[in-house]
Amino acid sequence: MADLLTRPFSWLNLLYISLAAVIMLGIVLFFVTYAIYFERKVIGWIQIRYGPNRVGPKGLLQTVADVFKLLIKEDIIPEKADKALFRIGPMLAYLPAFAVIAVIPYSEKIQFADVNVGILYYAALSSITITGILLGGWASNNKYAIMGGMRSVAQMISYEVPLIMSFLGIVIMTGSLNLIDIVEAQKDSTWFIFPQIIGFITFLIAGNAELNRTPFDLPEAENELVAGYFVEYSGFRFAFYYLTEYVYVFAMASLMTVLFLGGWDAPFGLDFIPGIIWFILKFMLLVFYLFWVRATFPRVKTNQLMGFAWKVLIPVALFNVLLTAVLKILNVY
Amino acid sequence: MDYIYSNSYLSITIFILLGIMLPVAAIEMVSPLISPKKPSKEKSVTYESGILPTGDARVQFNVRYYLFALLFVVFDVETVFLYPWAAAFERLSQYSVFVLIEMTIFIFMLIIGLAYAWKKKVLSW
Repeated sequence: MADLLTRPFSWLNLLYISLAAVIMLGIVLFFVTYAIYFERKVIGWIQIRYGPNRVGPKGLLQTVADVFKLLIKEDIIPEKADKALFRIGPMLAYLPAFAVIAVIPYSEKIQFADVNVGILYYAALSSITITGILLGGWASNNKYAIMGGMRSVAQMISYEVPLIMSFLGIVIMTGSLNLIDIVEAQKDSTWFIFPQIIGFITFLIAGNAELNRTPFDLPEAENELVAGYFVEYSGFRFAFYYLTEYVYVFAMASLMTVLFLGGWDAPFGLDFIPGIIWFILKFMLLVFYLFWVRATFPRVKTNQLMGFAWKVLIPVALFNVLLTAVLKILNVY
Repeated sequence: MDYIYSNSYLSITIFILLGIMLPVAAIEMVSPLISPKKPSKEKSVTYESGILPTGDARVQFNVRYYLFALLFVVFDVETVFLYPWAAAFERLSQYSVFVLIEMTIFIFMLIIGLAYAWKKKVLSW
């Protein structure tokens, strides 16, 4: 896969790259299908109940059935809605979620792009989703939707700042924005979770808030806002907002694996196990962490939420940047 | 090795195109073929807990949201400046103390702004 990138341009090569991208799309959709199932199962176990177990063996086809159900639902656009923006909303939210997956290196062989601004590309593209969410909320012309949309945007922009700042320590340590270089640097030294523990914790919290997941799911707080910015959406338009959320779980967990857990690097010299297996293991651990947090934490209050981002996370992230720079000068790293 | 650059952006372009094509194909092409279409006046009314919606949803909004947006712009631009600094930090190692002091002054100035906003109770909801 990675050697496709070193070949000179030809239509055949373009075809191969496109094929690889389509396969990746398939993998992502498969992941989303079973992440939803896994999430419901995990929450079921934690709450001492079964979770989905009716459709297919062990309930494995539950999500497939749900998707089919959404496909055959009527697509309703409210009369008062801004029709063009209402249609664009979910597409604009989904597009960057899938596009960021291109820059993440999955193993030595499975890399779709080797760009020297990888982190910046991720940070820049992922914030476009906020526009999609705001468009959806505003275009619906529904009070719940606009409130959810506004809350969402306020929360996502607040947590985006510490999220992006939490990578800076790693950038200082490696002197590169290329995600592949960052993994290589971790192979030579240690995984960055140890020297960058402050950055890692900032990322865990801010990432969770950026995904709009419990305990930071105020934008879609069911008991006050019904569903937040996608109340008016039905059928496949709704499905794409939902899909966006889970594709971001995929992207965020992959990014965390690459930045902090050494990507495909094998721990304890267990090199005989292929790198992609290690990547998947670390990735699954982080995905499980997200579901675990969702099942165990209550939702925070709005005043706690915004204050926490600005008063705690941003100063901590900035402190981490300066601390890393000082330690770099003192040659600790 | 010279082709990595162009091929990488080619691959990114394909990902972006797929990201546009999947929702367009699924929502605008496949879904209308399968889904029923029985529009009625009641269905297209805006949802508001089952009662007829009163007034317009696009009302004046709490000013706090805009203050957060303003703060965000300031700090996002700061991050944009921090990125090249961080990436070049290793290469500037001869001047690293000087470079660090400069960036500390820059960050400190923005922290003053944050502290001011904090004191003016912009950050508390």
